[in-house]
Amino acid sequence: MNHDTYDDAYVRGILDDVKTIAMVGASANSIRPSYFVLKYLIDKGYKLFPINPGLAGKEIVGQKVYASLGDVPEPIDMVDIFRNSEAAGAVVDEALKLSPLPKVIWMQLTVRNDEAAARAEAAGVRVIMNRCPKIEYGRLSGEIGWVGVNSRTLSSKRPTLAKRGFQHRTIGK
Amino acid sequence: MSEPREPGISTLAIHAGAQPDPSTGARATPIYQTTSFVFDDVDHAASLFGLQAFGNIYTRIGNPTCAVLEERIAAMEGGTAALAVASGHAAEHLIFHTLLSPGDEFIAARQLYGGSVNQFGEAYKKFGWNVVWADINDISSFEKAVSDKTKAIFIESIANPGGAVTDIEAISKIAKKAGVPLIVDNTMASPYLCQPFKHGADIIVHSATKFLGGHGNSIGGLIVDGGTFDWSAKGKYPSLSEPCASYQGMVLYETFGNFAFAIACRVLGLRDLGPALSPFNAFLLLTGVETLPLRMQRHCDNALAVASHLAGHPKVEWVSYAGLDGDKYNAAAKKYCPKGAGAVFTFGLKGGYEAGVALVSNVEMFSHLANIGDTRSLIIHPASTTHRQLTDEQKIKAGAGPEVVRLSIGIEDVADIIADLDQALEKI
Repeated sequence: MNHDTYDDAYVRGILDDVKTIAMVGASANSIRPSYFVLKYLIDKGYKLFPINPGLAGKEIVGQKVYASLGDVPEPIDMVDIFRNSEAAGAVVDEALKLSPLPKVIWMQLTVRNDEAAARAEAAGVRVIMNRCPKIEYGRLSGEIGWVGVNSRTLSSKRPTLAKRGFQHRTIGK
Repeated sequence: MSEPREPGISTLAIHAGAQPDPSTGARATPIYQTTSFVFDDVDHAASLFGLQAFGNIYTRIGNPTCAVLEERIAAMEGGTAALAVASGHAAEHLIFHTLLSPGDEFIAARQLYGGSVNQFGEAYKKFGWNVVWADINDISSFEKAVSDKTKAIFIESIANPGGAVTDIEAISKIAKKAGVPLIVDNTMASPYLCQPFKHGADIIVHSATKFLGGHGNSIGGLIVDGGTFDWSAKGKYPSLSEPCASYQGMVLYETFGNFAFAIACRVLGLRDLGPALSPFNAFLLLTGVETLPLRMQRHCDNALAVASHLAGHPKVEWVSYAGLDGDKYNAAAKKYCPKGAGAVFTFGLKGGYEAGVALVSNVEMFSHLANIGDTRSLIIHPASTTHRQLTDEQKIKAGAGPEVVRLSIGIEDVADIIADLDQALEKI
C-alpha cells in the first residue's frame, strides 16, 4: 500500500483497534519524545510495554520495562518503533516472530523502512510509517488544536470527551 | 485507499478548528473568557506544564477561543500550526525573538508597512538585532545582503502602501541557499489571494486586524508555521535546537517536529513576553474570517474599478495598482494573486503634498484613518501620517512620497466609492 499518505479512517481504525502497545526504544528521560508518547498513550487508556534492554526490570511511568518483544508476557496488538529507519528492519523481523502476531507495526516520525513494511504486510500486519501515535491521536480527537496545530480535520459532530477530568478527549465512539 | 480530499478555502474559513462545543452544543465558537483552567490533579498539571499533554493552562499561553482562530488560519494558509497574539507587531516580535540572538542580522524588504520599518530599524537596535534592507525591485540586493550573521529574510507578499507584488519564489531561492527561513507578511493579500507556503515561504505573519478580521473592530496578529524549515543545525537557532533550560533541557525541534517553530513562539516567546490575544478579540476575528473569501473578492473587484477610474482622471498623475494592465507588478500579481491584486493601492496627485492633504479632507464617505482592510473605504496621506516619522528619502523608498495618497477600498457599492472620490477631487 501507499505509505506517503494515510487517510484518517485507516489511522483511526488502528488507534481504535489496538489495546496493548509495545514501545521499542522507550526512554526513562522525561524530556524525550518517546517518554511523552508513552505517557500520553497510557493516559488514553492503552496498556504500554516499554522495551529497552538497558532498563529491563525497571519501570517507566509505572510500567515494567522488558529487554525484548519476546519477553512481554501478554499478546501485543501494536509495536511502536522509536529506532532509526535501518534498525527498524530487525525490530520488524523480531515482531513477526511473535505469537500471536501483532496487528500493527507503527514506525515513529522520520522512521521509514519500506522493505520491512512489505515483510510485515505480507504476513497480514498493518503498517504505519513516519507518523507519531500521540500526534495522530491528538489530531483525530481534536486535542491538538488546543495548541494551534492544524488537525486537517473538519467536523460538525460532537467531540468525544473522556469520562474523567477536564480537557481530555478520546477518539472512541 | 482513496487520496485524502482537500477542502476549499471557503470551507476552511468557516469550519477549520471549530467543532460544536461538547458541553452545550453551541455551534458558534464560544468566548472562553477565563484567565485559567482547572487541573484534574498534580500529575495532569505537571503534564501540561511539561508540554507532555495538549491543553490549556493560562490564557496568556493559550485559550480555546484563540486556538480555533489559530487552527483556522493554519489550515487556510496550508501550514502545520499557528499562534494568535495581540497584534501583528507582537507576531513579528515573537518571530524574531525566537530566531535571533544579539548581534544577529536579518534581511528585510524596504517596501514594508511603515510600522514594521520602525520596529525593525529602531526598536530592534535595543535588542542587538540588526536589519539589513534590500529592494524587491532588485532581487540581487537580497543576495548581496546575506552574511554569516543572517538568520532570516522578511518580505510582504503585497507590500504596503504601494501594492507592489513581491517575487516570493526568487527570494525563497536566496533564503534556501543562505540556509535561513523566509518570513512572508501576508496581511495585504490574505490566504484567499496568495498562498506563500506554495511559493517557498517558511513562516507567515499576519496583522489579523486587517482583512482577516475585516471589520475594523479588533487588533490581532498571527504567526503560521509552514513546517518546512529544518531547525536541527547545531547552534544556529538555539531556541529550537538547544536544550531549553526552562523545560528541563527539552529540545523543541526534536519534540515537536514540523510544528516546533509555532510551539517555540508560544511556550517561550508568548509565555515570557506576554502579548496574548484576548478571547473576545479572537471571537470577533473568527467571525470576520468566515466571510473572508467573499469580502476579499469584492474588495479586489471594487479596487480594480476604482484604480481604472483614477488612472483616467485629469488630476491624477499616476496610479500604482498591480491589478491594472501595464502596471510594473501586473505579471507578478497574475502569478501570485490570480484572483485579484488586493484592496490597497496608492496614486499620485498632480497637486503634490497640498493636494493630498486637501483630498483626505474633502472626502465624505471615505474614512480618514490609519488602517487598511476594513469593510469601509479608507483613505490616508502617508507623508503626513503613517510615514511621517521617516526621512524624505525613506518615504520615497517606501512608496510614500509627498503626492501619494493610499486607499483601502471597501466593499460598498463601487459607484458610491467612485462618486465620493470624484467630488473630492473636483474641489482640489
